[in-house]
Amino acid sequence: MSVLVKKEGIRLLSGNEAIARGAFEAGVKVASAYPGTPSTEILENFVRYEGVYAEWAPNEKVAVEVAIGASMGGVRALAAMKHVGVNVAADPIFTASYTGVRGGLVIVTADDPELHSSQNEQDNRHYAVAAKIPMLEPSDSFEAKEFTRLAFELSEKYDTPVFLRTTTRISHAKGVVRLGEPSGPAFPPGFTPDPAKWVMLPVNAKRRHVVVEERTKALREFAETWDGNRIEWGDRSLGIVTSGVSYQYVKEAFPDASVLKIGLAWPLPERLFREFAAGVSRVVVVEELDPHLETHVKALGIPAQGKELIPIVGELDPRIVRQAITGEAIPVRAPEPVPPRPPNLCPGCPHRGLFFALKKLKVTVTGDIGCSTLAALPPLGAMDSCICMGASIGNAHGMEKALGKDGAGKVVAVIGDSTFLHSGVTGLMNVVYNRGGSTTILLDNDITAMTGAQQNPATGKTLHGEPTRRTDLPALCRALGVEHVYTVDPHDMKRTEEVLRREVARPEPSVIITKAPCALLPDHRRKIRPVYEVIADLCTGCKACSRLGCPAIEWVPFTPEEAVDAGKKATQKGMARISPLLCDGCNQCPPLCKFQAILEIKS
Amino acid sequence: MTVPKGDVFLAGVGGQGTLLASEVLCDAFLLSGFDVKKSEVHGMAQRGGSVTTHLRFGPKVFSPLIEPGKADLLIAFEKMEALRFAHYLRTGGAMVVNAQEILPPSVATGQERYPRDVAERLRAVTDRLHMVDALAAALSMREVRTVNIVLVGAASHFLPLPEAAYEEALSARLQEKFVAVNVQAFRAGRALLQPLTVKRH
Ligand SMILES: Cc1ncc(C[n+]2csc(CCOP(=O)(O)OP(=O)(O)O)c2C)c(N)n1
Ligand code: SF4
Ligand code: SF4
Repeated sequence: MSVLVKKEGIRLLSGNEAIARGAFEAGVKVASAYPGTPSTEILENFVRYEGVYAEWAPNEKVAVEVAIGASMGGVRALAAMKHVGVNVAADPIFTASYTGVRGGLVIVTADDPELHSSQNEQDNRHYAVAAKIPMLEPSDSFEAKEFTRLAFELSEKYDTPVFLRTTTRISHAKGVVRLGEPSGPAFPPGFTPDPAKWVMLPVNAKRRHVVVEERTKALREFAETWDGNRIEWGDRSLGIVTSGVSYQYVKEAFPDASVLKIGLAWPLPERLFREFAAGVSRVVVVEELDPHLETHVKALGIPAQGKELIPIVGELDPRIVRQAITGEAIPVRAPEPVPPRPPNLCPGCPHRGLFFALKKLKVTVTGDIGCSTLAALPPLGAMDSCICMGASIGNAHGMEKALGKDGAGKVVAVIGDSTFLHSGVTGLMNVVYNRGGSTTILLDNDITAMTGAQQNPATGKTLHGEPTRRTDLPALCRALGVEHVYTVDPHDMKRTEEVLRREVARPEPSVIITKAPCALLPDHRRKIRPVYEVIADLCTGCKACSRLGCPAIEWVPFTPEEAVDAGKKATQKGMARISPLLCDGCNQCPPLCKFQAILEIKS
Repeated sequence: MTVPKGDVFLAGVGGQGTLLASEVLCDAFLLSGFDVKKSEVHGMAQRGGSVTTHLRFGPKVFSPLIEPGKADLLIAFEKMEALRFAHYLRTGGAMVVNAQEILPPSVATGQERYPRDVAERLRAVTDRLHMVDALAAALSMREVRTVNIVLVGAASHFLPLPEAAYEEALSARLQEKFVAVNVQAFRAGRALLQPLTVKRH
């Protein structure tokens, strides 16, 4: 950063960077998370701050449990996850609400309206209500940092975990932030035994529930007076209640309107709602996803409009907000029709070889979440289901049990290494325990790839890239009781197909581990790799290689004249070409060509 | 004096380095005293899918998203992506488009054709269309990874910033060994469009 900028303590940070910075300024000591878009960069950013212990946990539940333990130990702690991660971590979260904290405990939930990179669009403000945990909701990077600091203070003051909720447009939007000086809690670390607080036997939990209800009352008072919940009086003919990034869209679309900005999504300020409603002639609630604020405004008997105008599906923008409230359609040019450009497995991705081989077997594939989910798209189209992390193995087992004898040898689960360790292990344990016979394919690409290359317990490296003991995947599968565990190189599709056929037919549980690094890993990229080309004279345009779906293989269409000019039969519709800029040299495509037209470029 | 404001929309293909380009632009705006916000999506789309960045500057910016029909400048890293997001451009807005073609899966596998009339269709959107061959410029410097900064250079004609701001942003953002070649790429990109031929409105 430039000297000029540094002098003023001004930085342009993403919401995620701002949260890490805010936690650092609040003196956070322990941070644990499992990656998930759009939350991932929060933990990655702790690497730059000294004095913060940060780790990747195998899943969100563990991350929260680690953070709770750290809080018990008297330090400030943070756990971060994407929205669906809270589903996984919900169990400890709901009871941490009862125990309360010692060191400030902040749980970041990063929601993903519009499903930019998610399997559903759930609104995690419901969790705040259900778990009776206060939830702060910043509306830009500036607030993301300030609210994070505040979250730790509130946590200690009110003896409660605190949720910090972002959405994609907060986490992944950059805005100006003013840096502050680090501070910390006013007490030293240390665990003080206090069974009535920490041991949630029914007798203790019952008493803690009373404390929780009292706490919510106190927090509601805080909500009435805190300036993060504030009225910005303007034109009194329109009053908009809003929070999070929607506030920015409202300010853009209706710069003159009166606005009630809510910074604490739970609990909500009743008197402030009433004061605002009394001061304006029309109340509209503008929020993304579910009618959270709206329900509570209406419960007070305040006449308001909300989801009858504002879409419940997807994210908003200023135009959507303006159009919804004024009712006037603002004409814009229609998007030009062009071929779609969905994401695709990278050139040289090891998953491609596995799915290509798998497709030939004509089995049902219960899939999982990760880069491999992209194999569901054409031309591979080799995945039949994808529900949530870890689901593939239970899904395969359930389907096999449902189909009985007809299902034998017909269902295969496919799961990535990180996902297997996150929540697939228990599924596999179940297959063995309950005498299943399904085959599990474990894609070991030595990284958590989909979320941008994070380490996991099977990679042998920590968040900081330091070496550590690694979970031995074949040994783990054997320990679960799987007798047949085989490792193959997925780039060798012939061998992979042989092993697949053999194991799928086997009436006992088996695991096939496909082992080859993600093509984007720096170690892989540094390797000297071959580059392949299609010898134009030999290509008959049969498209055998195109069906692999490698982005490096391009189809060059011909007109009959062009075909003749190229020395081909006039009936040949085109030929394949390999982009030397894109080819990763994985050697999956050359054996597919019956005419030996794909050769290594020698130079 | 009023501080100018504007909306810059960047469109490209995952892996083309749109992220670095938008970071450099943001830093340059910040260094020059503007408020800036930018928004982009990480994750899934980065595997070769369409990627976009919304970048907004001015005295005070609220929304991190640009509305369709409001962008003053569209910088497209790939030709067809310019077309895909052309409806974000305001009437009379400018486009800087990299002439490079990257085939999407349906085209690469022969199901569909790459549209041949991209330039004509873009010209129907705006007469301030500037096609540049950023790939060739980058290759001539023997560093394909600088395509993104070549485009920043070409686009700089349409932004109210001094050249020094970009160069300072580059040296602040990049590892030292990459600074020189990227500054060179920026200048090469800027030279692709002559100030006099740049159509202003
Ligand atoms: C509960 C939950 N947490 C996190 C995510 C985000 N996420 C999607 S896929 C994935 C990891 C995939 O890694 P791996 O299984 O190793 O497959 P790869 O992408 O490497 O092929 C993560 C963390 C999620 N979808 N759900
Ligand atoms: S990031 Fe790695 S695992 Fe994901 S598609 Fe690319 S090569 Fe495959
Ligand atoms: S060898 Fe073939 S399949 Fe592998 S990256 Fe190169 S073109 Fe793609």
